[in-house]
Amino acid sequence: MSEIAQALAAAGAMIFGFDPKLIEIVLLSLRVSLTAVAVASIIGLPLGAAIAVNRFTGRRALIVVLNALMGLPPVVVGLVVYLLLSRAGPLGELGILFTPAAMVVAQTILILPIVAALSRQAIEDSWQEYQEQLRSLGAGPLTSALTLLRDARFSLVTVVLAGFGRAAAEVGAVIIVGGNIDGVTRVMTTAIALETSKGDLPLALGLGIILLALVLALNATAYWIKEAAQRRYG
Amino acid sequence: MLPLVLENVSFAVNGRTIIDRISVEIAAGQRTVILGPNGAGKSVLMRLCHGLLKPTAGVIAWRGPTNGGLRQAMVFQRPVMLRRPVLANVIYGMRLAGIAPQERELRARDVLEAVGLSHLAEHPARMLSGGEQQRVALARAWALNPAVLFLDEPTANLDPGATRDIESIIGQIHASGTKIIMSTHNLGQARRLGDEILFLYQGRLAERAPVERFFRQPVSPEAASFIRDEIPQV
Repeated sequence: MSEIAQALAAAGAMIFGFDPKLIEIVLLSLRVSLTAVAVASIIGLPLGAAIAVNRFTGRRALIVVLNALMGLPPVVVGLVVYLLLSRAGPLGELGILFTPAAMVVAQTILILPIVAALSRQAIEDSWQEYQEQLRSLGAGPLTSALTLLRDARFSLVTVVLAGFGRAAAEVGAVIIVGGNIDGVTRVMTTAIALETSKGDLPLALGLGIILLALVLALNATAYWIKEAAQRRYG
Repeated sequence: MLPLVLENVSFAVNGRTIIDRISVEIAAGQRTVILGPNGAGKSVLMRLCHGLLKPTAGVIAWRGPTNGGLRQAMVFQRPVMLRRPVLANVIYGMRLAGIAPQERELRARDVLEAVGLSHLAEHPARMLSGGEQQRVALARAWALNPAVLFLDEPTANLDPGATRDIESIIGQIHASGTKIIMSTHNLGQARRLGDEILFLYQGRLAERAPVERFFRQPVSPEAASFIRDEIPQV
């Protein structure tokens, strides 16, 4: 018991003392996951909107696949990206394996289905309501998709934050393609895994607390934005 | 672009006939009211005429000259407000209709004035009451200066006060030179707003008559029965 208390105290000291090592790891985590969520949103939000407003053959199958991919195991994504980026792999030329860029690629692949599938759902809900009115006003699929992306923007904030939460919390993909190299590719989750196995509990706990606080803050923000928007715009 | 001509128009979904071989010519000028009980096919007929649905048999055609494209608009039973201010909702429709940017705001403010909503122009449209939202929907349609305005039971969800406002605005729109084609199941409203009645019963055009003659001396037994406020015998 006292060991945990000691570790907690040390973790607190690291957090509030702005321990440089801890800061470095947290910042790299944020950089990698925010970049991944940005790329996934740029691709995933329009993709979700396009699937929502268009009718084409294979649409149902695509939706089922997309929904299923939301549950992609991070280690499998890590393995596939590893194979693609490794020296002998098709993208080995890039030479980005064991760099933050590789981690961004892996996390983007991991959360792209989440962003696309959840935004498809959110936009299709609005589409049910808007469809006739937009068609009556002469909106084609492209205009409709853009209108709905804008009108569902507050729901989409939640979608994007869900993607970020997933990226920031996963360990399997980044540890395989990043390699958990100290000062280069070590992020919060991989550091926690390593430090725990090494027995350095204060750093692991400190990072764990920050990670939890981050996820909590994200969800609170998402909830608050939606609430405020609902009250303001209906 | 009028007259609007329907030749043997039918519409069926999953083998169920909703519109059954309707032939009719709707001329410019008069206010045409499509009257009938729930489930008679009024809404479907309006959507067919507006072009939101394609007939499964028969032909629908605008037989008059269409300079400047098909200038038609539709107001639905349940108004669909975009998540933006009232003024922006009106301008949205004008933008899709290709109205010149410099004309939009002035015209939008004019029609909002005409429907008595100038003071709410900057308010989020979805926060308005049902009656106010329907007035925004009318303004959005009116701003397009349509040759024909379809109204699908525009007051079915509204209280008497709001209904009176809407009916008065429909009168103004008609006075400004727009052909009115409106559906209702409300006898009083048909009498107040109609010049001619198309009486629909079980997907068929049971009777067509000037409003005064229709109420004084209906020819079809279904219409006679409907006017006596009875449920027509099946």
